[in-house]
Amino acid sequence: MSALKIKKGSTSHSAYNLRPTFSDVEERHTLAVLVENEPGVLARVIGLFSGRGYNIESLTVAEVDHTGHLSRITIVTAGTPQVIEQIKAQLGRIVSVHEVHDLTVEGPSVERELAMFKVAGQGDKRVEALRLADIFRANVVDSTLESFIFEITGAPDKIDAFADLMHPLGLVEVARTGVAALPRGD
Amino acid sequence: MTRQMTGAKMVVQALIDQGVDTVFGYPGGAVLPIYDEIFQQNSIKHILVRHEQGAVHAAEGYARATGKPGVCLVTSGPGATNAVTGLTDALMDSIPIIVLTGQVPTFMIGSDAFQEADTVGITRPCTKHNWLVKETDSLSGVIHEAFHVATAGRPGPVLIDIPKDVQFATGTYTPPKPSTSHYQPQVKGDMEAITELVAAIETAKRPIFYTGGGVINSGPGASQLLRELVDATGFPITSTLMGLGSYPASGKHWTGMLGMHGLYEANMAMHDCDLMINIGARFDDRITGRIDAFSPKSKKAHIDIDPSSINKVIKADIPIVGDVGHVLEDILKVWKSRGRKTNQAAMAQWWSKIDEWKAVDCLKFKQEGKTIRPQYALARLEALTKDHDRYICTEVGQHQMWAAQYLGFEDPNRWMTSGGLGTMGYGFPASIGVQMGHPEALVINVAGEASWLMNMQELGTAMQFNLPVKQFILNNERLGMVRQWQELLHGERYSHSWSESLPDFVKLAEAFGAKGIICSDPDDLDDAIMEMITHDGPVLFDCLVEKHENCFPMIPSGKAHNEMLLGEAETQGVIDAKGSVLV
Repeated sequence: MSALKIKKGSTSHSAYNLRPTFSDVEERHTLAVLVENEPGVLARVIGLFSGRGYNIESLTVAEVDHTGHLSRITIVTAGTPQVIEQIKAQLGRIVSVHEVHDLTVEGPSVERELAMFKVAGQGDKRVEALRLADIFRANVVDSTLESFIFEITGAPDKIDAFADLMHPLGLVEVARTGVAALPRGD
Repeated sequence: MTRQMTGAKMVVQALIDQGVDTVFGYPGGAVLPIYDEIFQQNSIKHILVRHEQGAVHAAEGYARATGKPGVCLVTSGPGATNAVTGLTDALMDSIPIIVLTGQVPTFMIGSDAFQEADTVGITRPCTKHNWLVKETDSLSGVIHEAFHVATAGRPGPVLIDIPKDVQFATGTYTPPKPSTSHYQPQVKGDMEAITELVAAIETAKRPIFYTGGGVINSGPGASQLLRELVDATGFPITSTLMGLGSYPASGKHWTGMLGMHGLYEANMAMHDCDLMINIGARFDDRITGRIDAFSPKSKKAHIDIDPSSINKVIKADIPIVGDVGHVLEDILKVWKSRGRKTNQAAMAQWWSKIDEWKAVDCLKFKQEGKTIRPQYALARLEALTKDHDRYICTEVGQHQMWAAQYLGFEDPNRWMTSGGLGTMGYGFPASIGVQMGHPEALVINVAGEASWLMNMQELGTAMQFNLPVKQFILNNERLGMVRQWQELLHGERYSHSWSESLPDFVKLAEAFGAKGIICSDPDDLDDAIMEMITHDGPVLFDCLVEKHENCFPMIPSGKAHNEMLLGEAETQGVIDAKGSVLV
């Protein structure tokens, strides 16, 4: 990545940001890392982040190609352009890593996350929670007389927004999967 | 041809097929089947060390002096954890070694069994890659791949953890074949970037080559190409500690080592250059000093096989990812085809500037009185051994820097020192590894008494295997570099930087059956060194030197290249609070 390259299709910033390589402005990037599906491979990747002091905002991992023994790790990280460039180079030299893609700069991409919210309450609050869930296209996956579990899928900021709304309505517990992402088009 | 055999036999067969002639190791419960196979063959020599750390450093020394990967064999648990320092050392200095560890049987892993440790977990951050082999059928493939990973791209240490039941079980052995794994680092540099560099070479007014261990790791051919390029362009060249020997110290364009204790002319030229060509070095903090004042006026080209080295510390204007040998070949080809141009007029001026800096003679010293100065000891060692087929190892500290300054290296692979990790205790076992690789050569470990004591048990190894390594100890009864920093940074409060109760090194040598020599008088030094060289066997040379000597020149922490200290005068207070937090 050369200095002052106009960033294409960022998901978190304007597409017209100029980004000098040695800027000290922190950016959020979504990385897709294809790795050999073998024991310890996740430890290699997260050990790199902890050992070198990089941030992990979210991380998802699962096997995506059974015959090719490949897993896909999606990492959302934040850092200055220099740090992001280092993270990618460091990931690239792990022997078990096949490919590293920076979805934030490589073109438009889709990011999705799944979350479950347990909301407990009675009366108006319970009705309001259900109404908001409908607006957010969240599904009710469990229900008692005093609680719901909502399942919601969306971009991380949509899930954040839903969480903010559920808080005053009796939010008890949240589980989030972290971001999975794919580049758009072919 | 595939064959059925036990896992233990596979290990030995795979090593033989990989061309291994020497293994450094220490047996234990979890590797007994492999030791049983070693007992029943004659192709591989096994060197029994006295501590597993020694095995790894010996393998490192062997690898660096021969250019072939070094191999170690140790047991599970403590055997593996004792190897960790050596693995980290090899990782920092990019040395190809293969460490085989025994492990408790697969069905006992995780049960806190006797001598069980999570070896792959512990060594994951200090190896280039590691494997736990759970099936005998995959063992030979993993070993062959381990040799590929250790030596391909930027070299480094790898570890294979082999449970005892996998060693006993029978499986299918597959002989080595060219690696088909996805790990195939790029060796050819980008031609567009290479052409850009050649264009910069043609017009540069104040160029300098800044070379590192990558040149040595790329093989002797890379050193040859470097010499051709340097001599053809007439550009000055400096090198890191790791790269000494890739260009000869007697060469016309040599300006000496650079960095914290580098030569004045090398550091000044780095600071003032307009084109810096970094070949296989990584802008280590010992080299750059203060980053924001590092060579402010130069365009920087950076050739490195590891993409993560580029832009890690210093922004490269012309980044070239590739193997040094391949890239140098292409640079020469393009430069020659474009008419071998350089800016001759500017070069003459640049050299006259460098000659002014050289005239400062930053390494000058006077040997006066009846106490040996360490610089004098090394100058005499250089004079009396330089015509020998000589290999030098060092420990870590002042003596290491003096050795780098006062000894001349004419060829690659003749200088073994712990650069990145700075491991005290490295040099003695490394010298054993070097001697195994070059049985007829003169192998000298320049040491400090404190470093040397860290792995002194290996004197037993040297004696048992008749390895005539020479231990040249500059004994100042101090942790010299620590003492120097305490003098400069901590108000001369010498907290725990001297050793009481040092051994009588002559008696210590004799206790192991080795030869001990003590020398304290400068007038006796030459004879004593000659006695050391001519003795057929290991020698412990106790050279009593000035106790309060400091190592100069020095770039103080947090300072720039052009702010070097040249000597004792006014060293107090030069390092400010910001600099003193640096190491």
